[in-house]
Amino acid sequence: MAQNDTLINGWQPVIGLEIHTQLLTNTKLFSPSINKFGEEANTLVDLIDMGLPGVLPVLNDGAVKQGIAFGLATNAEIAKTMVFDRKNYFYPDLPKGYQITQLHYPIVKNGSVDVDGKKIRIHQAHLEEDAGKSMHDIYDLESVVDLNRSGIPLLEIVSEPDISSSEEAVKYLKKIHQIITYLDISDGNMSQGSMRCDANVSLMRPEDTKLGTRAEIKNINSFKFVEKAINFEIKRQIKILESGAKVEQETRLYDSIKDETRSMRTKEFANDYRYFPCPDLVPYNISEDLIKEVKDSLSELPEEKQKRLIETYNLNEYDAAVLCAEKSIANFFEKVAENADALLAAKWIIGDLNALLNKNDIALSESKITTANFSVLIQKISDNTISGKIAKEVLEAIWESGEDVAKIIEDKGLQQISNESELEAIVDKIIDDNPSQVAAYKSGKDKLFGYFVGQVMKATQGKANPGLVNIILKNKLI
Amino acid sequence: MTFKETRAQFRAKKVSAKELVQDSFKNINKHEELNIFISKFEDDAIAHAEHIDNNFSDFKDLPIGGIPIAHKDIFCTKGKKTTCASKMLESFVPPYDSTVTRNCYEAGSIMIGKTNMDEFAMGSSNETSFFGPVKNPWQKSLVPGGSSGGSAACIAAGITSISTGTDTGGSIRQPAALCGITGLKPTYGLISRWGMIAFCSSMDQAGPFAKDAFGCSALLDAMSSFDTKDSTCTKRQDKNFEASLVNDFGKLRIGVIKGIEDFGISESVLKAYENTKDVLQQMGHSFHELDFSELSSGICSYYVIAPAECSSNLSRFDGVKYGHRAKAENINDLYLISRSEGFGEEVQKRILIGTYVLSAGFYDAYYRKAQRVRRMIKSKFDKFFESVDLVFLPTTLDQAFKMNRESSDPNKMYKEDLLTIPANLAGLPAISFPNGFSNNLPIGAQFIGNYFTEDLILNTTNKFQEVTDWHKMTPS
Repeated sequence: MAQNDTLINGWQPVIGLEIHTQLLTNTKLFSPSINKFGEEANTLVDLIDMGLPGVLPVLNDGAVKQGIAFGLATNAEIAKTMVFDRKNYFYPDLPKGYQITQLHYPIVKNGSVDVDGKKIRIHQAHLEEDAGKSMHDIYDLESVVDLNRSGIPLLEIVSEPDISSSEEAVKYLKKIHQIITYLDISDGNMSQGSMRCDANVSLMRPEDTKLGTRAEIKNINSFKFVEKAINFEIKRQIKILESGAKVEQETRLYDSIKDETRSMRTKEFANDYRYFPCPDLVPYNISEDLIKEVKDSLSELPEEKQKRLIETYNLNEYDAAVLCAEKSIANFFEKVAENADALLAAKWIIGDLNALLNKNDIALSESKITTANFSVLIQKISDNTISGKIAKEVLEAIWESGEDVAKIIEDKGLQQISNESELEAIVDKIIDDNPSQVAAYKSGKDKLFGYFVGQVMKATQGKANPGLVNIILKNKLI
Repeated sequence: MTFKETRAQFRAKKVSAKELVQDSFKNINKHEELNIFISKFEDDAIAHAEHIDNNFSDFKDLPIGGIPIAHKDIFCTKGKKTTCASKMLESFVPPYDSTVTRNCYEAGSIMIGKTNMDEFAMGSSNETSFFGPVKNPWQKSLVPGGSSGGSAACIAAGITSISTGTDTGGSIRQPAALCGITGLKPTYGLISRWGMIAFCSSMDQAGPFAKDAFGCSALLDAMSSFDTKDSTCTKRQDKNFEASLVNDFGKLRIGVIKGIEDFGISESVLKAYENTKDVLQQMGHSFHELDFSELSSGICSYYVIAPAECSSNLSRFDGVKYGHRAKAENINDLYLISRSEGFGEEVQKRILIGTYVLSAGFYDAYYRKAQRVRRMIKSKFDKFFESVDLVFLPTTLDQAFKMNRESSDPNKMYKEDLLTIPANLAGLPAISFPNGFSNNLPIGAQFIGNYFTEDLILNTTNKFQEVTDWHKMTPS
């Protein structure tokens, strides 16, 4: 498995990810409570989520279908029969004293995804319920629990240790993110915790046949942190191994502020979860009919969408791939393309809009950019109301304020000058003011043409219609 | 009065629901020292009875309309304390009804109180209750059996004509036998477990108590329903158990266990067993010997699986959300002290056993092996029912015993469940009915039937009771 370009100091990192994704079902995994983020504490809770005595879980078929969809999208085996198990441990935000999960008979097994031409295998994906949330910083002396999250369905996606670098780990995570958001089974929002990641990291020499001892880093909640946490962990383990010591099998926590991982508990103190089949839920048989039903209603997957965008909008392969990296962006593009020039829209989304999103590290949905205001922006570029240069300025203004595009152009007086006589007057003045440059240009210094364009733009604060300026200048400079 | 007589009088308007409730409370007061009830609802019951009397026509045709009933305090009752006879839930008031109590309410019965039991249904003598032991109405120095001892004693003492219980390893049938009444553990999955506080989820099953099979049939009609809130509740063809009592199932092939006399059964119980065989033979049924040498291994399997599930089921009682909460400095102490104070000795013992058998390194040796034994016993019964219609055997090894007897020897108490546990392991329906009398105490025997053959079991018991009087005996 060793790939030499991923060796660090002669060590081969071996990485596996466990990704928890909250599923977008209407109700929770085992109760009729609403599955929703951001509501007032303990308002989305029923008897089952509170673990009251005598209450019983009833499996949400919607979550089963979403699990099957994931399996189909990753070429995995869908279980004929899946079994739920109890994972027993005490914690205040775990009302029953056990979590219902799947250990030996998960819904999905043996899948894989392609990451830049490399196959990363998925060991299994299983359904389980989320725990509540403990909060320790609201009151001075007391901790409190919010059970809104208790019972929200999770799909835990466990990879094989096929990942060789932190960079590849991020790519794999993004791939999974892409799949689950395209399938509409999760919103994949890492900052809200609807997608969380644990990383298992170990090191080995390329010639070794046995994996090294791994450390598990818990609860990493952004793409950036995945990379940083793994990098830190690799360095830490190299230091240990090269000092002749052994890496201890343990669970570690990533501290994003200090950019380090810290030990949570060693193997010796690991919980004994006393897994056993949950007697309240009978083994669940997944019929061929159900799989077919899910298959028939499967959402468009990234590759399919990419292909369709190329055919429909004449996009090149690269642009289509960039647009389809995130479903929200691809959908945004298609919406904008309904009312504005598609190729121009693609260019602006891939270029300037993406740059803004990356710089601010937020999702499109969290920004003030909408399909409406972005479409108008593209229209204004197409119809020469504003130049590309001005458009950048307008985009930034919308980004900041979310204000109406037309209003921004109006208020800032950014309208492009396309009035011929007005531009001719400006050009005449520049020719008069720069006799030596004119002479040089006429004697063959073609490159000076750009200088004159620059002067016109300077005089108009960039508002001159560049096409028109070119024509006028060419005529006047003959 | 039996249930049948009580209901007939109510339907004929010879007695009002209110008078029936008043009678029940007269008897409750008379038998106060038996310690049958944890909660009593006299005012509510009277009000409910008046409502029924005022709307007589709406209730007269319901299976248990107008009839006072007592529920084991393991069934959650909305707005009414539900303790499971534990300090842990001493003041727990559920905001919801169990399906069983809701069904009984909708079938027109009047809940007069919640009955005493072994703590969290763990025990065979009713002595593990936080609220003190129940005494056997036949003789106050003896136990009524357990864990549904309160509900069984309630019928024997004539307080109500029907009551509910639960049976995980014999908790309906054993107290029925020791109190001289009839009690049925239905097929696992016939009655919803929603709102029934779990002990061992894969075996817990609610069931009816009455003096006779007729009362059990009517109450079973009321209790059972297909319930989507319980995933282990089985979708099945609805049967009317009371109506099926008049069916003719013909001459039955009855299985009896070869060498049953070698399992440590007392002389009096064996004698009653043999006499009953004679009666059944006279009724035209035939007997077939079954080889069931694995019978004893059932206990070992049960006392691994039941504690395992209980250790997990009882984890929710942690002092955080409801139930007993101790004063503590940190979360670990909160768990430790709340649970040490809230649970009695027997419950703690079983939690510890269960935690042990599920632990990494012991799981295969105990839990997995116990499940194998369980499957073996189940397939054994599957085989039996290829050649017989019912299996007949005593319910208990002996008659009611003295209080405090087995506290020094828990193994002896666990062994008491030898004859009842197999039906729980296999999930089969089984009834215990009075079939003899000795030393001024009743004796019980049981029929185990194939899955969902409650109609056959009740019908056969009813026909036996038509030609015998054991179920008519009452304590003086």
